[in-house]
Amino acid sequence: MPVDVRRAARMTDYWLVLVQRTWKGSVVSSFVVPFLYVLAMGVLLGGFVKADPAELEGATDYLAFVAPGLVAAQAMTTVFGEVTYPVMGMIKWNRAYYGMIASPLGVPEVVFAHLAFVVFRVAVVSAVFLAVMAPFGVFSSPYGVVLAFLAQLLLGLAFAAPIYALTVSLPNESGFALIFRLGMIPMFLFSGAFFPIANLDAPLEALARVTPLWHGVDLTRMLVLGEVDVVMALVHVAYLAALVLGGWVLATRILERRLIT
Amino acid sequence: MIQAVGLRKSFTARSGEVVEAVRGIDVEVRRGEAFGFLGPNGAGKSSTMRMVAAVSPVSGGTLRILGLDPATDGPEIRSRIGVCPQEDTLDTELNVSDNLYVYGRYFGLPRAEVRRRVGELLEFVQLTEKAKAKVDDLSGGMKRRLTIARSLINRPEVLLLDEPTTGLDPQARHVVWDRLFRLKQQGVTLVLTTHYMDEAEQLCDRLVVMDKGLIVAEGSPAELIRSYSTREVAELRFNVGEHERVAPKVEDLAERVEVLPDRLLLYTADGEEAIAQVHARGLDPVMSLVRRSTLEDVFLRLTGRTLVD
Repeated sequence: MPVDVRRAARMTDYWLVLVQRTWKGSVVSSFVVPFLYVLAMGVLLGGFVKADPAELEGATDYLAFVAPGLVAAQAMTTVFGEVTYPVMGMIKWNRAYYGMIASPLGVPEVVFAHLAFVVFRVAVVSAVFLAVMAPFGVFSSPYGVVLAFLAQLLLGLAFAAPIYALTVSLPNESGFALIFRLGMIPMFLFSGAFFPIANLDAPLEALARVTPLWHGVDLTRMLVLGEVDVVMALVHVAYLAALVLGGWVLATRILERRLIT
Repeated sequence: MIQAVGLRKSFTARSGEVVEAVRGIDVEVRRGEAFGFLGPNGAGKSSTMRMVAAVSPVSGGTLRILGLDPATDGPEIRSRIGVCPQEDTLDTELNVSDNLYVYGRYFGLPRAEVRRRVGELLEFVQLTEKAKAKVDDLSGGMKRRLTIARSLINRPEVLLLDEPTTGLDPQARHVVWDRLFRLKQQGVTLVLTTHYMDEAEQLCDRLVVMDKGLIVAEGSPAELIRSYSTREVAELRFNVGEHERVAPKVEDLAERVEVLPDRLLLYTADGEEAIAQVHARGLDPVMSLVRRSTLEDVFLRLTGRTLVD
């Protein structure tokens, strides 16, 4: 599945035009929602949480603990939205993928460009979220913030590629509700964004540790708070990178089998 | 332009059964001609078109498009042909001119050049006033014209049209035909599939009739009618259910008699004379008319079935 990146870049204008035509619908959620989350969960709920900083994975208070978790969780939910219904739509509803592959573009380029667009969306959402967090004084250094931003792109792709592969293998959209309810929401709640996973029973803690979101949350928290365990950080990066590669190869193969008949 | 020898296509259906959609066809399309694949649904026309469009791997035989092999030169072939698919694949979130613009960019054309072509093509398909309209708000005929415009954005040497007017009202069909005529005059090679015999007669210099994955006849519309039908056809309608019974009584009045559920077709050089004879025998059809043979008659003769079933 070699990708011709220069050819894939010809789709830039398609995605740009799409953003121009549709950005208004997402602008409120991009700016306001992060603010509401930090306010509600970090400041207001956090005001009641008098935890021992020793149990908060290096955070001095609950706001500092939960804010990086929220950034990573938001990267995840953005991706789930982008690689389910919109992808199915381009296969089944407006059939835009069929138009694309009738041009010199091939399936590898189509997948590459779509995933690149999802990363762009994650970049925008995460940049806004990190900017919203700045006034709350949870950052340890600008350097850490930049690394945390880059970590969101990796985390976003680590979700985007495998879920894209799952989406293109499904016959229709009826499985998406299940993916959201049994995949995304439990991960959102139990992967260490809101409380240390050490609070879970051992089997559940083990389960939480294999979720991509936990790796992303832990990595983001280390970078934002400036408490980096280098070995653990590399484990997170390697785990997420493996998901990106595996998911990407699968996504391309499955979509090829579906469109090229 | 296009050469196929022993071309085959088979699929494995979801049930696991192997479907042979195209079972060994030989086709040669020459530069500048309008070539048609005529046949009923399921004859293998669309499967053939998808192979020619280099989006569907060949299962057997050889296929060359512009001298190139789709197995190895797919992107090169697709950059030099235009494809107007059976189902519209327009992007409904983008407006009319954006649909053309982004598509032109897929071919690696410079932005300014694409913009110029978008203007020309909107003019050509008479959608200039709709440039900023949403695709969803267009009529079926307008969407079809937009799809045709999109397939022309790379100035293709060959334009593939899969059922270009299926689902359009008669007026919209004539507009589409007119635009296709103009393209042909400009030297674009047209390859189209259709199950409308009038469309094939209107547009095609040469055509093949396909049935069950095979080519059953080949030639110009006039040649095919001459070889496989008579000059005229007398159509007789009797009361419901009488056709089978009446058929033997008129069999000797024509070269061939076809019994359809709703009428009898008498193939003869002189239709008026045949009808006069029918009346002379005391038979009294509810309706009778004489017409010239069409490709529909050719098809009926070759396959025993009507085209649109």
